[in-house]
Amino acid sequence: MAIRRRDFLKSAGLAAASLGLPRLARGTEAASIYDLERFGNARILHITDTHAQLNPVYFREPSVNIGVGEMAGRPPHLVGRAFLERFGIRPDSADAYALTCLEFEKSAGRFGKLGGFAHLKTLIDRLRADVGEKRSLLLDGGDLWQGTGLANVMQGRDMVEVANLLGIEAMTGHWEFTYGEQVLRDNLERFKGEFLAQNVFLTEEAAFNDALAFDKATGRVFKPSTIKEMGSHRVAIIGQAFPYVPIAHPKRFTPDWSFGIREEELQKHVDALRGTDKVDAVILLSHNGMDVDLKLASRVTGIDVILGGHTHDAVPQPIPVKNAAGTTLVTNAGSNGKFLAVLDLAIDKGKVSDVRYHLLPVYSELLKPDPGMAELIGRLRAPHVTDWSEKIATPDRLLYRRGNFSGPIDELICTALRTELDTEIALSPGFRWGVTALSGQALTMEDVLAETAITYPETYVQEMTGAQIKDVLEDICDNLFNADPYYQQGGDMVRAGGLSYTCTPTAAIGGRISELKLHNGKTISASHRYKVAGWASVTGQQGAPVWDVVGRYLRSGRMFQERLGSGVTLKGVDDNPGIAGQG
Amino acid sequence: MTTTTGPLATRRLILQGAASVALLGLGNLPFAATPARAAANDKYPEEAFRQKNEADAIKALYGKTAEPSDKVKLDAPEIAENGGVVPVSVTTTLDKVTSISFLVAENPFALAASYKFADGTIPAVANRLKMAKSTKLVAIVEADGKLYSATKDVKVTVGGCGG
Repeated sequence: MAIRRRDFLKSAGLAAASLGLPRLARGTEAASIYDLERFGNARILHITDTHAQLNPVYFREPSVNIGVGEMAGRPPHLVGRAFLERFGIRPDSADAYALTCLEFEKSAGRFGKLGGFAHLKTLIDRLRADVGEKRSLLLDGGDLWQGTGLANVMQGRDMVEVANLLGIEAMTGHWEFTYGEQVLRDNLERFKGEFLAQNVFLTEEAAFNDALAFDKATGRVFKPSTIKEMGSHRVAIIGQAFPYVPIAHPKRFTPDWSFGIREEELQKHVDALRGTDKVDAVILLSHNGMDVDLKLASRVTGIDVILGGHTHDAVPQPIPVKNAAGTTLVTNAGSNGKFLAVLDLAIDKGKVSDVRYHLLPVYSELLKPDPGMAELIGRLRAPHVTDWSEKIATPDRLLYRRGNFSGPIDELICTALRTELDTEIALSPGFRWGVTALSGQALTMEDVLAETAITYPETYVQEMTGAQIKDVLEDICDNLFNADPYYQQGGDMVRAGGLSYTCTPTAAIGGRISELKLHNGKTISASHRYKVAGWASVTGQQGAPVWDVVGRYLRSGRMFQERLGSGVTLKGVDDNPGIAGQG
Repeated sequence: MTTTTGPLATRRLILQGAASVALLGLGNLPFAATPARAAANDKYPEEAFRQKNEADAIKALYGKTAEPSDKVKLDAPEIAENGGVVPVSVTTTLDKVTSISFLVAENPFALAASYKFADGTIPAVANRLKMAKSTKLVAIVEADGKLYSATKDVKVTVGGCGG
């Protein structure tokens, strides 16, 4: 423990004088790390993509996060050493552990888990108390209600209670929509904050049939923005939901709603807030993903700061983007509750004159959990934890998900699908949520659910020709590497088990995927039919939920008997700093 | 979300059937306002609708080529929510507009719809087009005897795998 404490102190740049303090004096150490110099006259706190992780987690940031075209080599497409250099972070420090994949296991032992809502609550309350009444706001960028077994069985109700206690004042959404309209509306009834989305409209049919909408004239389903008084200034918060909900998820969840980036509607709305409502600052609370936000910032004028999420990029500094009328700052605040973003604004009449931004890692070992929140979390979990606490396997290696092409978690899921459903090939979605498990850490069903808990978990087995398999890979690869961010959806590449291929991210659609081979080295033939297993299909499927299939496989004790390996060879990205150890 | 009777059903049927034929009269064009001049030019442009690529279709329809113009505003989603009914619309600040057409480059027959405008009508049309796969979408505006165009790529994807 002493070693861990010393590590934190070093990373915080403190004097060695406090080394002799007893463990109980942690409060003072935490005070130093989280003591922010007072700046400006309004403080906005931002969390995003927490994926319902109520308790602190391990989460390894990616070692492969490639940017192509104009995004090549730019944040957020930097990993490992290139990331540290770009942001001036000392290797081996606590921040290097929180923000990169470098020496993850070693550092996990030194610095422990991050996040947890009881810890977040302590930190948030303190940062709000620092600036005083009516000077701060707490915003959530979405993906708050999904990501755990508990959130799945409670359909996000658990997270609404947590959000209310935490004091979230406004949020937007993505996975929130996958519970369907009725559950979403029921949850929002209970939510004390506001749900904002300028880019969700009734379809023409739904409008014709008089479906429920916030504004019948525009067809906007939700309130697009809210204006908050902060001190003597007025700050507008606009919500931007994930633009591709009906494409990335089964359309049956949102049959009456149409999404999209809706740049033009956004510009009109910003102009109205500036011109008619005379607000002093405009913030976009966005679930676009960082590449989309960077492009949007160059085209839409009048937004001071885009507080971004979706792509789970933990970017420690805002990226300034010039546009026709000025500069917009773009941020992205990571995932899984690991970070709390603090935006301090110096607001004058009608404009933001300066900002300070901190992406604070939520080191659970440095923060005392808030008793009220800890009690609520315990109460919410109680009915389910026992069922899910049985240890079903102990992996002999680090299990993580994040990465453009593969990760051990998904290799495990693909192996489970291929084995249990007896297929040559398995496909698993390139989600970016799902926590990390250390080598030798016993896995429970709760852990399995934290990688798989969605509202369309049904597995399937189907025959696909080699040509169809290639088409699917090309299509999803384009969602990731299209040179124009507006055509990206923000997930990672579909994971392929039993299949190896070569990928050229810089090529155009149709030309990125080549040399498809089965696990045994046989070339995939375009016309031959292959048996393929998968889950999370956007079309309705009937198979057992994926967590049952993975649970069954883990219980069989065969876990890593099969050879693992991503099976993806990359071409044309040799010097790309989005790959660890390169650039 | 759907009803099976009434005007909506009728409209839906029309739209379904209209994926690759002209929608003369379904836009902003009131029947009463159709002047004699347009009627004289009313022959169904069969040849144009038979062309496989968009350049040939434009040539068959107008007998000339178009130049890109930022005065033609083409609105369509970057990624289609449903390739079967992709909402597209065109507005323009050009004067003396006589015709607006949509072309879907990757469809079996490129010309999807062509509208004619009477004098004094507002040059704005909206339609829903079927797109089997990702495609270039072209809007042509004929104004004062000249052709102007705007282009947008629309992606039709298998979906899934959002973060």
